[in-house]
Amino acid sequence: MTNLTDLVFILVVVIDFFLLASSRLGAAIRAVATQGALLAALPLLLLEGGHQVGHVLLLAAGALAIKGALIPWLMFRAIREASIRREMEPIVGFVPSMVLGGIGVALAFAFSSRLPLPGGEAHPYLVPTALSTVWAGMLLVVSRKKAVNQVLGFLVLENGVYVFGLLLTGIMPVMVEAGVLLDLFAAVFVMGIVMFHINREFASLDTEKLSALKD
Amino acid sequence: MVLLIAAPLALALVAFAMPSARRRPLVLLAGALVHAAGVLALLAAPPPAREGAWLAFDPLARVTLLTATALFLASAVYAQGYLARRADRDNRVFVGGLLVLLSAMTTVALSHHLGLTWVAMEASTLSTAPLIYFNQNARSLEAAWKYLLIGSLGIALALLGTFFLALAGAGPGGPKSLLVEDLIAAGGALSRPWVRAAFVFLLVGYGTKMGLAPLHSWKPDAYGEAPGILGALLAGGLTNFAFVSVVRVFQVTIAAGEGAFARDALMALGLLSIGLAAVFVVGQRDFKRMLAYSSVEHMGILAIGVSLGGAATAGAFFHTMNNGLTKGVLFLSAGNIHRAFGSKSTDEVHGAGRRLPLSGPLFLAGFLAITGSPPFGPFFSEFAIVNGAFGAGRYWVGGLFLAFLAVIFVGMAATVLDVVQGDPSDAPRVPGTGDSWLTAGPPLALMLVVLALGVFLPAGLKDLFGAAAALVGGGW
Repeated sequence: MTNLTDLVFILVVVIDFFLLASSRLGAAIRAVATQGALLAALPLLLLEGGHQVGHVLLLAAGALAIKGALIPWLMFRAIREASIRREMEPIVGFVPSMVLGGIGVALAFAFSSRLPLPGGEAHPYLVPTALSTVWAGMLLVVSRKKAVNQVLGFLVLENGVYVFGLLLTGIMPVMVEAGVLLDLFAAVFVMGIVMFHINREFASLDTEKLSALKD
Repeated sequence: MVLLIAAPLALALVAFAMPSARRRPLVLLAGALVHAAGVLALLAAPPPAREGAWLAFDPLARVTLLTATALFLASAVYAQGYLARRADRDNRVFVGGLLVLLSAMTTVALSHHLGLTWVAMEASTLSTAPLIYFNQNARSLEAAWKYLLIGSLGIALALLGTFFLALAGAGPGGPKSLLVEDLIAAGGALSRPWVRAAFVFLLVGYGTKMGLAPLHSWKPDAYGEAPGILGALLAGGLTNFAFVSVVRVFQVTIAAGEGAFARDALMALGLLSIGLAAVFVVGQRDFKRMLAYSSVEHMGILAIGVSLGGAATAGAFFHTMNNGLTKGVLFLSAGNIHRAFGSKSTDEVHGAGRRLPLSGPLFLAGFLAITGSPPFGPFFSEFAIVNGAFGAGRYWVGGLFLAFLAVIFVGMAATVLDVVQGDPSDAPRVPGTGDSWLTAGPPLALMLVVLALGVFLPAGLKDLFGAAAALVGGGW
């Protein structure tokens, strides 16, 4: 199982980089959906012993339904209605985004090697993958102009937080995890509505037009 | 306690289902009355603390819920008059959203489980973002989008911080729990590097909801474009509860032996907030954005008060009440002025004192109170904090604090006097918008309470602030 788990973690980080370099929205949404589906497999791959099977299955199914299917579907609907296909010029270029992403991965490995996990054994790639993905998500949110891309960045950030949360499946009650997934879904749902209004108001999803308010 | 959370939520469903827009504001009033009655009942007969309970009515919850329920009641009365004048807008989402916000805020106040706190905090963001868009124009849409995006980023980092804290307690001998009491009891058994990382992430996350600089950038836009009621409930209510969450995490951090580090972090963000507010308040021509920077300032004051310890910390809890109620006066009266003139810029608005014989003077009185003029409540709470700083030998902190406050007083005075003084005859006028008892009465009532808190502080309240401060190593 270990090799397969390694592969999943590596793919998750590769998708982070793909997103930082991608200008095509459809491909980006598919990549985020793939990342979500990969994350749904992680709780099963990391499962040890047999005492939490129900809990883990619930988490995996919830992640697959929301991250892998429901949210990508909402995002595709949003770009179809707004009829946009690609990001023209991000605020931070694609190459600098990649470089910053690389720095983030290096820092994430440094951070996790300096902070030993108190809970004993965990997969060595878990913490670095989680922190790299959080960092990539932050970068995507602050460096992109289109509202859809910013939402994608937010999703990637949430994916990173989710990976970190896998360390805690034995500690955190199911109710909190269910709340986390529900909140994520609600957040994207509300963001979808706001995007719809932005699109109607400005005839585009370019948040650069959202710049009337300043001091 | 569960009823205090469930009742507003049930009424929110009633509001969403109700067909009549004209009667719907009454549901809001019912929610406010039920909530106020519930808080008073809990104060009269406090429920015994149960071990392992997720909800507890501790001193932190008492101080902040008492403030919030008074503010919400005043806002709900105001909403009767306000929404009647805004019959052009559908109020279904507005009324329902405010009730969900009340429920979420109450949950944050009562929650001793950091996972539940996080869920409730997220719910508060989601329920208020659509309300900022109440006016349905490009500017309010921009404000709502920024609020949603920045708030969601902050809350995601807070979740990561919550996970760090859970991990800190997952080692051998650790509590393996997110209950504040369990984490405090474990104290030294928590992994200190992870507690430190958790405090940073949670301070950034909940600090974004508080609006501490440099995480405040959603505030001027949201407060500037949202209706006055929402501004009052965010600035006087929700930010206080974000502060409560920071204080609970601070409790755990102290117990784990990282208190000094956390105090320095709070002090730095607090001073930065007051300093930045001083810069942006001077020359501010939009009087609602000015109130937003005032809110950034007062969150900074709370952070400094808590970081100093001793009597300054008790002063900070006194200040949560003073700031919350005074923000109610300011946002509700500013909302009235905004409606009557159809503008919120000092370029067009002047003579509010003559055109609105109640709201104009109330706006002026609220300004005097919030900038710490005697004999209003905020003077005494800010005095306790400054006194605490000098008493503890932190002369630089006390000196900077007073200097920034002086600049803010002068800066705000210029804007407020422009609005209130002068002759309104050449200013734009919106018909049918004068002061009525429903719209001017609530801020007047809040103003009287703020005055009363300055003139006479009941011993019971004073003890309550001391008890809240004792949780983080302070007290009168």
